[in-house]
Amino acid sequence: MEFYRSAVGKKWVMGVTGIALLGFVLAHMIGNLKVYLGDGQLDSYAHFLRELLYPLLPKTVTLWLMRTGLVIAFLLHIHAAASLTLLNRRANTAYRGPRDLAVASYASRTMRWSGVIVAVFLLWHLADLTWGVTPMAPEGWTAGAVEANLAASLSRGGVAVLYIVANLLLGVHIYHGAWSLFQSLGLAHPSYNRWRRRFAQAFSAVIVIGNVSIPIAVWTGWVG
Amino acid sequence: MNITLRAWRQAGPSDEGGFETYQVSDLSSDMSFLEMLDVLNERLTLEGLEPIAFDSDCREGICGACGVMINGRAHGPQAATATCQLHMRSFQDGDTITVEPWRAAAFEVIRDLVVDRSAFDRIVEAGGFITVATGSAPEANLTPVPKETAETAFDAAACIGCGACVAACPNSAAQLFTAAKASHLNLLPQGGAERYVRTERMVDTMERFFGSCTNHGECEAACPKQISIDFIAMMNRDYVKAKVNSRGNA
Repeated sequence: MEFYRSAVGKKWVMGVTGIALLGFVLAHMIGNLKVYLGDGQLDSYAHFLRELLYPLLPKTVTLWLMRTGLVIAFLLHIHAAASLTLLNRRANTAYRGPRDLAVASYASRTMRWSGVIVAVFLLWHLADLTWGVTPMAPEGWTAGAVEANLAASLSRGGVAVLYIVANLLLGVHIYHGAWSLFQSLGLAHPSYNRWRRRFAQAFSAVIVIGNVSIPIAVWTGWVG
Repeated sequence: MNITLRAWRQAGPSDEGGFETYQVSDLSSDMSFLEMLDVLNERLTLEGLEPIAFDSDCREGICGACGVMINGRAHGPQAATATCQLHMRSFQDGDTITVEPWRAAAFEVIRDLVVDRSAFDRIVEAGGFITVATGSAPEANLTPVPKETAETAFDAAACIGCGACVAACPNSAAQLFTAAKASHLNLLPQGGAERYVRTERMVDTMERFFGSCTNHGECEAACPKQISIDFIAMMNRDYVKAKVNSRGNA
């Protein structure tokens, strides 16, 4: 607790929760790609997640354990980000003249905005495809019919654009986060430093390409 | 060469302050930025006006006294250069140059371009030293130091404490300064004994005054000594280890 009170400790927590969230985003994307296999494979995959580790554990228990972990990671990530933002606002005094940033990337400067927008999109996305709440969810939404729900949702033009934009912002967020976490966790050494940026570039590219391909595939009629 | 200078003027910490515009003529492009200010100040003094207050000392880039924001860059447009080593040839004839003091809540403006950087002294007081019994010097060859370690420690020791890292940071974080001051001791045998307690105390003191690091990398780009943000990662790691291992006597 004393560790988390410090700003360096909060950044460490942001790095660790960031890794958990990156892991989720990657697994989520890989799972989604099952939509390309057709033949109800995405529905069976969703069903499989609900029965993960059954009969060792009762049905849906593993899923709920993972969901709980994710919610905790999200809350810690957001709480640390918000309190560090407040700390930085207090510590900073604005320049009155021009300001010429030398190396800060678009991604690093917009982490707060990309983070907030992705979080709001996440709630929208849950309402759309997990909870089936109108007007976010498409007409005829049915629990368990993942592939049909997805195709119905993304065949709405505005919704497809929303998913594409949100995933591009997620990519921007990951582009800085997947590099930044190495610094926050104290992982730097001349022998692997150049791979840290490449890892972040590759990771964000894979996530964006995988996720954005789906609304495009629905739109072009390849899926659904 | 002739330039137009927009300089920040502020009579004291409680004064609101603002930009004043001056025409500075007949400059040599071989003058340093501070010599340009000297020329202007001489004229202002002769005209019975108050000269522009700014910090400087060695004027050869090794003391850390000088440092101002020039056209939105800490120490101006040239990389790895303190303000005193920046020459007017870095600008074009007829340019308008805006000069402003370092801005951070912890760096109060004392007058014009001079800020109070004593928060840095608080950080160094917290752990930027080695506790050893004085007496006759030990035999140097008894504690071998690998060449790479000595070089890395020296890279950190190059910090002149000018404050450009804080000035350039959008969060006003002092991570690069603190990491440099901790690392140049932490890496060597004499300083290594207090590595974790030093890091813990210096970071905790730093956070009383400054913001937190979001890994923009602006500090490294602004540093006149090109100190690497690798030292920040090293400090972050040591801080975590210190908190895990601490026996509560920090």
